[in-house]
Amino acid sequence: MRIVAPAWTRLGEWLVLYAVSVAAALVVSALLVEATGGSWSAVLVALWDGSFRLPGRWGETLTTAAPLLVVALGTMLSSKAGLINIGQEGQLYVGAAFGTYFGFLIGGVGGIGAVNIILILFFGAVGGAFWAGIAALLRFWRGVPEVLSTLLLVTVASQAVSYGLRREWLLLAPEHSRGNRNQVSEQLAADSRLPRLELFGNELPLSVLFAFALAVVVAFVLSNTIWGFRLRLLVSNPKVAHRWGVAESRYGALALLLSGAFAGLAGALMLTGGGFAFGNYQLVLGFANNVGWTGLLVALVAYEKPLAAIFVSIVFAALRTGSNFVGATGVEHRITDVIAGLLVLALLIPAAVMFWRDRQLAGAANSSQR
Amino acid sequence: MSEISNAMIDIFGSEATYINVALFAGFLAFAATGEWIAERAGTLNISVEGMLLGGSFSAVLGYHFSGSIFIGMLAGICGGVFVAGIQANMSHRLTADQFVVGLTLNILVFGITGFLDNQLSPDATLASYWHVPVLSDLPLIGSAAFSQRWPFYFLYLLLPVSWWLVFRTRWGLEVRSVGENPRSADVSGVDVNKRRREAIYFAGFCCGLGGAFFLFGHIGRFEATIVGGRGFIAIAAVIFGGWTLRGTLGGCVLFAAALSFRLSIQGVGYELNSELLQALPFIVTIAAMAFFAHRVRSPSALAQPFVRGLR
Repeated sequence: MRIVAPAWTRLGEWLVLYAVSVAAALVVSALLVEATGGSWSAVLVALWDGSFRLPGRWGETLTTAAPLLVVALGTMLSSKAGLINIGQEGQLYVGAAFGTYFGFLIGGVGGIGAVNIILILFFGAVGGAFWAGIAALLRFWRGVPEVLSTLLLVTVASQAVSYGLRREWLLLAPEHSRGNRNQVSEQLAADSRLPRLELFGNELPLSVLFAFALAVVVAFVLSNTIWGFRLRLLVSNPKVAHRWGVAESRYGALALLLSGAFAGLAGALMLTGGGFAFGNYQLVLGFANNVGWTGLLVALVAYEKPLAAIFVSIVFAALRTGSNFVGATGVEHRITDVIAGLLVLALLIPAAVMFWRDRQLAGAANSSQR
Repeated sequence: MSEISNAMIDIFGSEATYINVALFAGFLAFAATGEWIAERAGTLNISVEGMLLGGSFSAVLGYHFSGSIFIGMLAGICGGVFVAGIQANMSHRLTADQFVVGLTLNILVFGITGFLDNQLSPDATLASYWHVPVLSDLPLIGSAAFSQRWPFYFLYLLLPVSWWLVFRTRWGLEVRSVGENPRSADVSGVDVNKRRREAIYFAGFCCGLGGAFFLFGHIGRFEATIVGGRGFIAIAAVIFGGWTLRGTLGGCVLFAAALSFRLSIQGVGYELNSELLQALPFIVTIAAMAFFAHRVRSPSALAQPFVRGLR
């Protein structure tokens, strides 16, 4: 008896499963909108207008996609090592704060612009790594599950940065430059911002290209280097990893630190290249604005494949930029959060169903042989 | 120094402190009891947050459309079990990663409740107080434990029942065995994934009840931040308690004290940095886990999926 169907049939099954699950997610969101008195078609048009069609919008979407992608890449590094870092929201916020404080307010003494930007990005990564490092320390020294500690640290991060944003000797801008706003940092000087490219009326900061390049690098490192192999070994066969001298504490902690550094870097990229999409070149209260959470979702949907994450991050960024236009249709703009959540849930189903079905088939074949 | 000790004496001498602690401890205990059973069965169920929020929102909808708090409580249970149904079937029928499912559910439920809350703006109310005659006159803790709004008292029913279920029934024995050694349980004829699903449904039941309790027993109206990360603190309480019911409850009381410290310190007229007060429960939780997490033994198969013949 045949256990596995021919390749092209399997491909067809995958496609059908994906199509059905995504369609189901969209139908459920449509039902939610229609049931609460909104118009689904209007929402779709607004999403399309806001994310790609109207002038300047796809540049905005790509600008938004950049930090999502960087966060997702970091998440992949830690989950390849079998660690579940779900505190990117906090690591990103701390990274942005470190970038502002050490990279700009203290380190930025004028001089060459490129040096300033690199300083901000560097300290952003350091900040994120520091915040993830607390979780790594607790995990490998005190045995606290990193799932929980990274999560709990998110709230601590937002309060810590908020504390800094109330103190002029930390992050708060001096009175004359903050106007009537009360918890903002000084705006980055013009030479500390990432240059923007003009393409067909769309503005693209360099952070977009940087993020895409980073995706390629991460894909290469994970699949083609010894270091990436060791990381994967930690999950796929811990015993072999142990015998082979790949210490879980060392490689695991490093992976966790790196994933935090990526989140922090994403925060610094939002700061230096975000423009109006993120806080307008200054640290504000709630600066992270769910980018960490969404980046995490991108990583989950992309199934730990860095290159797939490029596409997925653009889809999620489009939902974000499109949501600004949904409000005008009279439907609460948070519908895009619902769509995103349902999409993620739907995209989990095909792989699980295929796995389950293969098991059933194998079981049937097994019992018919007997 | 004397100022701090005076403040502490004021706080611990005030009856209001104990009432606040009891409210938050009750909320955490509902969630933590469910989570405790789910974890004994081998699922580190991080969708507790979503279950609480789903329960709370279903409760407010139930009250909005029926006008009865009791029906609101029932609706809350349904909401919690519904979220649990997704978690259970995705992770223990379809073998999707339990953390991924849980995390997605948290975000999804947050989105849906926020969206529907804005579209429907349902209204809710507070349940009435029930005073237990003699016991509520006890000094300090009397009114905290025995003079609460009536949804609170479900806790006194839930705790012994869940203890009895886990330690005195065949079902409980099987639940514990699939959390410790799923392969042996499987060989003995226990349907591992079914028991794990059932444990998650029970967690959904408890969380639904807890979400409804917090709505009708403390807040009185729905807001998207009603749970606000406290579900994760409930998970921490289970770990802190070393996967025993007694320890879990101890963790709930400790973390509840940290959660309600902000209310208590205002109650006796002291001021402290607001950011510190907001972050305090989370810092206390992390610190407590750092001290105690390595001293306890977790269920051996915690967070490991079971597929017959594979893992």
